[in-house]
Parts: sequence; C-alpha cells; structure tokens
Amino acid sequence: MTALLSLSGVTAFYGAIQALKGVELNVNPGEIVTLIGANGAGKSTLMMTICGNPRARDGRIVYDGADITRVPTHEIMRQGIAQSPEGRRIFPRMSVYENLLMGAHGRDGGEAAETMEQVFALFPRLKERTAQRGGTLSGGEQQMLAIGRALMSRPRLLLLDEPSLGLAPLVVRQIFGAIRDLNRSTGLTVLLVEQNAFQALRLAHRGYVLVNGAITMAGAAADLLARPEIRAAYLEGGH
Amino acid sequence: MSRGATALPAILRDAGLSALVAFGLFAVMIGLKTDAGPTSLVLTPRPWAVVLAVAAVFFGRLAMLLWRLWRPAGVPAPRRITAGFARAGRYIAPVVLAVALTLPLYAGRYWLDLGILVLTYVMLGWGLNIVVGLAGLLDLGYVAFYAVGAYSYALLAQDLGLGFWTCLPLAGILAACWGVMLGFPVLRLRGDYLAIVTLAFGEIIRVVILNWTTLTGGPNGISGIPRPTLFGLTFSAGGGPGSFADFFGIEPNLTQRVAFLYYVILGLALLTNWVSLRLRRLPLGRAWEALREDEIACRSLGINVTITKLTAFAMGAMFGGFAGAFFATRQAFISPESFTFIESAMVLAIVVLGGLGSQLGVAMAALIMIGGSEMFRELAEYRMLIFGLALVMMMVLRPRGLVSGRTPSVSLGERHEIAPDLVAQGRG
Ligand SMILES: Nc1ncnc2c1ncn2[C@@H]1O[C@H](COP(=O)(O)OP(=O)(O)OP(=O)(O)O)[C@@H](O)[C@H]1O
Ligand SMILES: [Mg+2]
Repeated sequence: MTALLSLSGVTAFYGAIQALKGVELNVNPGEIVTLIGANGAGKSTLMMTICGNPRARDGRIVYDGADITRVPTHEIMRQGIAQSPEGRRIFPRMSVYENLLMGAHGRDGGEAAETMEQVFALFPRLKERTAQRGGTLSGGEQQMLAIGRALMSRPRLLLLDEPSLGLAPLVVRQIFGAIRDLNRSTGLTVLLVEQNAFQALRLAHRGYVLVNGAITMAGAAADLLARPEIRAAYLEGGH
Repeated sequence: MSRGATALPAILRDAGLSALVAFGLFAVMIGLKTDAGPTSLVLTPRPWAVVLAVAAVFFGRLAMLLWRLWRPAGVPAPRRITAGFARAGRYIAPVVLAVALTLPLYAGRYWLDLGILVLTYVMLGWGLNIVVGLAGLLDLGYVAFYAVGAYSYALLAQDLGLGFWTCLPLAGILAACWGVMLGFPVLRLRGDYLAIVTLAFGEIIRVVILNWTTLTGGPNGISGIPRPTLFGLTFSAGGGPGSFADFFGIEPNLTQRVAFLYYVILGLALLTNWVSLRLRRLPLGRAWEALREDEIACRSLGINVTITKLTAFAMGAMFGGFAGAFFATRQAFISPESFTFIESAMVLAIVVLGGLGSQLGVAMAALIMIGGSEMFRELAEYRMLIFGLALVMMMVLRPRGLVSGRTPSVSLGERHEIAPDLVAQGRG
C-alpha cells in the first residue's frame, strides 16, 4: 500500500533553533496514526511543517504521490489536507455558522451546506448554537467547532493537534468517539497529536513517539501500549 | 453604609492626587497670563484662576468617585445604554438616510456645505473601516490615499483634460495600486509596527507631493480644478449654453452646484457602504474578518493571507482615492496642507469612536465629530478642548465605540435546516 502522507528526513528550524531533526513518518489511507511525545518535542511543529509553515529545510513531504515540500500553505490546504491547530484557534467574534463557513473557504456554497449538515450530525451541540459567537462557547464546544471547521473542507487527511486539551474525560470520549466514527464511516485518514497517550493509542491503528525532534519509536498502537518504556514515560500514573 | 465609610479615605486620597496633577498642569498654563506691557510682554499672575481650576478637579473627581460608590444597584449604566442603542439602531439608520436624501430640498447653502464635509468623512470612515474595522490592520496613513486620489484627478484633468467622471475610477485605481504598494512591505507586520510604517507612508506621500514641484506645484498646490458635470451639463454660476440651468430653463443659482456636489458625495458614500456590506457577506469579506481574529487559523484553513491583506489595503485605498477625487473637484484647489497626519488621525478616530466594524456607528461618529466641531467654530481655540474632552468622555462611557457589537453577516436560514432524524442520532 502506498502511503497517503510520507515524510522523509524532514528538518525544521525556528531561526537558529532546530525543532525537527530528520523526521521519518508514514500515514496510510484510512488509518488513524497518533504522534505522542513530551512537551516541546516538536509535535505541533511537525503538524505545521506538513502544512508548509514553517517550511521544511531538508527532506521531503509527499502527499498523495506529489511532493508538497515547497508548495504554498494555502495550496496544500486545498489538496485535501485540513488541520485543527493546537489551542483550537476558532474565530471568537464570529458566529459558529461563520466559523464553519470559513472552513469551506473557496468552495462551492451548495457543497458547503451539505457538509455542514454532516458536521451537525456529528456534533449536534453545534447545530443548537449556530448564531452564538465562537468565543462564548465552552471549551469542549470550541474543540468541536475547531474539528467541524476543519471537516468543512471535506479533507482526506485530517491533522488534529491535541483535541483533548483542557477537556473533561467525558467530552474527550465524545470527541474521540466522533473521530473513530468518521474514520470508520468515511475512511477519513487522521494524524493525531496527543498528550493523552493512553486514549490516543487505544484509538489509533499505529503510533509514533517523537523525542527532541526525532522519531524514536514506531509501531502498531497495541504494541506501543504494551511496551514498558512507553508505559514508564508517557502512561505513568495515567491508567 | 459601612462600605462607604471604609472607602472614604481612599477616595479622598484619589481626589487629592488628581488635584495635585491638575495643579502641576495648570500652575503655569492658567496661573500666568501674558499681557502686552509698555515695551514688551509682561506676565500677570492669576492665582485665583489656578485655585478655581484645581478645586474644580478635586470636587469633580470626588463627585465621580462617590457616584460610582453609591450608584443604585441593578443594571450597570453602560449596559442600559448599549441596549438602548441596539433598539434605536433599527430606526436611526432609515431616519438618517431619509434626512440625508432630502436635505437639499429644505436646507440652505451653509447646511449643504456642512453636509458635504460630513459625508466626505463618512465615506473616508467607511473606506478606512474596511482596513481597520474588518481586516484589523491598523493604518495611520490613510490620508495618503486621499491625497493620491485628489492629485490623480487634479493632474489628469489639468494635463490630459479628462472629465471628473472619467477620472473618478482612474483615481480609485491609482489609489488602490498605492494601497497594494503599501501592503507588500507591511505583510508581515502587525499592530504597533504596522501602525508606524503606515504613518511613515502617509508622510512620505505628503513630502513627495510637497517637493515634486514640477509635477504637483509643491506648496502652491494645484488650482482651477474643473467641477463635475451632470451628463455633460455644467453648473456655472452664470448659466449660459450647456449649463444645467439653461437646459432645464431655470434661473442659474450657486446652490444648484452645491446640491449637485452634495448628491455626488452622498452617492459615493452610499456606494462605499453598499460595497462594504456586500463584501462582508462574501467569502472575501469573511476572510478579512477571520484575518482580524486569528491569522494563524486563517493559514491553517488554506486562506491566502497575502492576497487577503492586499485586497483589504487596495479596497480601502480605492475608496480613499474616490473621496480624494471628490475633494479636489469640490475645492477646485488642493495643496499638501490638506493631507497632513491630522486627517488620518481624524478618520481613524471616527472609525474607532463609531465602534470598529459598525457602518452606522462610523456615520454617527463622523456626524458628531465633524458636524459638532464645525458648529462650535465660534468657540475658536476652545473647540479643540471640547473635542478632546468629548473623545475622553466617549471612551470612558462607551469603550467599544458608539455602536459596538457585531451582527453575524450571514445566518442559518430555513433552507439549511437539517432533517429531524439526523438531529436525533448521536445526540447525548
Ligand atoms: N514560533 C516559534 N519560535 C521559536 N521557537 C519555537 C516556536 N514554536 C515552537 N518553538 C520551539 O520548538 C520546539 C518544539 O515546539 P512544539 O510546539 O512543536 O512542541 P510540542 O511537541 O507541540 O509541545 P506541546 O506538547 O507542549 O504542545 C520547542 O522547543 C519550542 O520552544
Ligand atoms: Mg504542541
């Protein structure tokens, strides 16, 4: 099977600071892949680098058979990749409805209306609050909005950066359940960054561990869950 | 009331401090008066004036703090005002529009001239609102585009003999080009840094106009700029063949031209309003607003941030250019003096006072600021004082502008309703 997304030898810098040190990573079509790692390991940087901001200095990023390493961000995002960035970043003064429409930017209106219904079916809470300002939603609702907004572009590959950040366990289960449903029903491919390693590895098919900007471990999610060094570093005291 | 008893010393201290600051400010400014003496200026001390001013500040501050302390419980005052504005807003806009449309029917020359002035600033305010209010790009050099528009028309009319209606779009396009030129270097800047660069840009344009004497006439400006025509009919005071009065067989009269100019600027201002309202409903306008809210999120949604910013600058600049061309044709004379920083500041104040992003608020703010300051002209130098005071009061009472709050530009209509069976599943 050819990978939908593959990174080889990718490095990225913030000025003189090297945040990614030759990352190797593959995501196959229809898979949920999770990326776990400590704070500052470079997980968010990796997600952003896939989108071309910051741009990879060395290495190659191939998506759907095409090299996107040097493609401008706004064009990458039009080729079927969508991102729900770290910290949600919804538009606080715009309504839920407008936020969702922004996700379908540059797309046909009729198609957007149809996609929005699918998003509402996934997160009925949003449907009840279409006129409410994004900034006044609860944290969990904001996260649903961020994911819904990303889905509005009908992506093939969804990049989710810490969707469980600051949420109650029940809401986290809801959101993870929604991701699993989407993956099963539509075959959506997901790359998921998580601090909540236990739940992420239970949701995902495969996992990668990022340490100091480089991948140190990779494998089937169930295998990673069983490894003692993972349990010690990322699951200690968790469950 | 125990609350009052414990707070009283603090209140007295606060009022005392205010009085001290007032003394520092007024001791020399009010306390010493210059009079013409027999040979030179002499200083006359006025201690009582200082005492009065300081006492006024002390007791004024005291009264304000006490009012805050003992304000009746219940809805806080600003909230009530906001609600009132929201309710009144629905009626204010049509009434203001009706008055504006019919003004030339009953108002005299003075009021029409004032109306033209106010409408020019309304238009500038709406134009700048696209850049500052919608796209959130703080532009302190908006007058540059006003100047580009004015000089474009003046030069095109003088050197190529083109008419107003031909030059108007050209002036807009040229100003838009300058908007893009400003946009490119400031693409990566935000907030304070953007403000400084735009401020400098405004000054550069003015200094170039001032010094490029061969083209612009430098400080002497350009005079004899032709007036606009109505489908080829002129508005000359003497009547004569080809004039508006001659064609309709009525007495030539200067008010006709003023009324015509009034309708031109009213039309231009309404065009600006219509375009901004329309754009807000389109993906481009929504992208501007999203950009104001969160640039990184915009990038992650695949919005071309470069294009979005440049179009905001270009669109705002274009309306500034239109207003400039109108200014040139109305005054028939322009010079660099009309395009100083204070104009940019004035327009920005109108936008901020009006409540960033609110069309009605901007119009009201222009009416109050420009109309108000013209009407207090007799007060001479105290005018600026009142003006400053009014600004401070406004910002204290309504920190988010006259008409704050933003209504969504689009909302979910009936046709987006989803089937009940879809809603039911997965709810929990
Ligand atoms: N804009 C930036 N400028 C400079 N350094 C940055 C920038 N963004 C991130 N870094 C640095 O790059 C490294 C990786 O950051 P990154 O945000 O990718 O970590 P992360 O794995 O997502 O961490 P977390 O789990 O806390 O979100 C960190 O050392 C961080 O300080
Ligand atoms: Mg992160």
